[in-house]
Amino acid sequence: MSKTRTIKVDYLARVEGEGALYVRVKGDRVEEVRLQIFEPPRFFEAFLRGRGFEEAPDITARICGICPVAYQMSAVHAVEDALGVRVEGALRELRRLLYCGEWIESHTLHVAMLHAPDFLGYEDAIRMAKDHPKDVQRALDLKKAGNEIVRVIGGREIHPVNVRVGGFYRVPTRAELAPLADTLERARTHALETVRWVATFDMPDFEQDYEFVALRHPSEYPFNEGRLVSNKGLDIAIRDYDEQFVEEHVAHSNALHSVLKGRGAYFVGPMARYNLNFDRLPAQVQQAARDANLSPVCRNPFQSIVIRAVEVLYAVDEALRIIAAYERPEHAAVCAAAAEGTGVGCTEAPRGILFHRYRVHADGTIGDAKIVPPTSQNQKAIENDLQRFVERHLQLSNEELTWKCEQAVRNYDPCISCATHFLKLQLDHE
Amino acid sequence: MATATLVVGAGNAFRRDDGAGLATARRLNGVLPSDVRVLVKEGDCASLLDDWDGADAVVVIDATSSGLKPGTIHRYDAHEGPLPSVFSRSSTHSFGVAEAVELGRALGRLPARVVVFGIEGRDFTPGEGLSPEVSAAVDEVVKRVTGEAMGRA
Repeated sequence: MSKTRTIKVDYLARVEGEGALYVRVKGDRVEEVRLQIFEPPRFFEAFLRGRGFEEAPDITARICGICPVAYQMSAVHAVEDALGVRVEGALRELRRLLYCGEWIESHTLHVAMLHAPDFLGYEDAIRMAKDHPKDVQRALDLKKAGNEIVRVIGGREIHPVNVRVGGFYRVPTRAELAPLADTLERARTHALETVRWVATFDMPDFEQDYEFVALRHPSEYPFNEGRLVSNKGLDIAIRDYDEQFVEEHVAHSNALHSVLKGRGAYFVGPMARYNLNFDRLPAQVQQAARDANLSPVCRNPFQSIVIRAVEVLYAVDEALRIIAAYERPEHAAVCAAAAEGTGVGCTEAPRGILFHRYRVHADGTIGDAKIVPPTSQNQKAIENDLQRFVERHLQLSNEELTWKCEQAVRNYDPCISCATHFLKLQLDHE
Repeated sequence: MATATLVVGAGNAFRRDDGAGLATARRLNGVLPSDVRVLVKEGDCASLLDDWDGADAVVVIDATSSGLKPGTIHRYDAHEGPLPSVFSRSSTHSFGVAEAVELGRALGRLPARVVVFGIEGRDFTPGEGLSPEVSAAVDEVVKRVTGEAMGRA
């Protein structure tokens, strides 16, 4: 007689947004895994129709309070592609610098505040902070350096307002960037210590055979552009995204599941970027990864916490490089005039590739928009991981298994609704 | 340099009533004494610890969803005890106001006075604009926060 077990987490804490997890086990078989996501279904795509192309970066930035820069970057690249505009030189470098800031703040929040408690056996960062105040304080200081970049380049910390199609509204002087360099020099020490800290965590043994998908650029670790490549032969221009990827609606989730046509699940985000672009990391960052016991090929998703820490170190170094070489451009933006066309953009959000496509009318209004966030692309991979992980760990108690399942979901740093903020509050009346 | 009193409205304007705290902060901007700093906080609240660094009094306004009547106003003094514990585990946002307050407490980085107003929302679906009863509650919280800030000035 086989016994049925269910694992249910109604609200996943420490993932961005709202989500619920359901796993049903019968005997030694996992019969069903559902990661339920209450994503605002395509609200923003509808909201963009009829708005001016100039509004795309600021409207889409509101989709996520954690990664607004990613939405702005994919939006400006897609709109510029539609209008036939290229942004080069110092303006392009400033965009990379802004992205460094977002990676630093988003990754550091996830590594230290959301994921580390799983590894160290705490229910949350607050309880962890009581025993590990130095590690938490270091993370807050490191994150602050990222916030500072976004504030200086983006105009303010959250929902930066300085990004526009063609460049920026205002570009900083060299003198304005100088204090950032000082902050980042200190942050570099924190970043390196964070890599060392997370490298000491116990990693569950869970190597999987994934298809990783990330951008690949001829010389850079990817932020804003490149080809879409995988470890299983995918190598396409961003423009051909729709020919290879398809979104499927599934009953248990408001989010669409994205799959590779004819191949199924794929994996985007820091693990994918790292595996596909290790050779694009500067030597000192590669060395820090090796010292943290990461090999250039890494297929254990639990090690994503170490890879995120390595990417923070990279972002700090890249930001320092950009600031050192910066010469203020004469114009804050290149001219971007209304023109009819369809454009695509794909950039590396902290959580992975973020695809935007816009059709722009001759009068500059947006005809339609398509936005594919990283979390909907990872959803199938997350469910596959849970299925295999639970099957291997059926000996654990329900409580332990639930804990591990949540930890496995957080390997992907899922941004589940990319926005909601209100408190689910219950009041105990005595 | 940090001013003595900080007023923060947190939330997300694109989830209707979730924007109640933001709307309150926007209304308070410019009407409070000049030494009171007003901050509109969208997204992650972990940096609140930096925002209130050096302040000796903080008032935070956020939307809540407890099942009580929409428009209900909650008021907590963070030094009287932890914010209701379900804030942390059930928060739909991983690092919201409650987490920032509790992390500040754990690290000894909580200002001397921390008051949190919660405005009970009705509609958190994607979209803009507040429900009428929430809008009325915003008016009331604007008055109460102004009173508290003036009382200190």
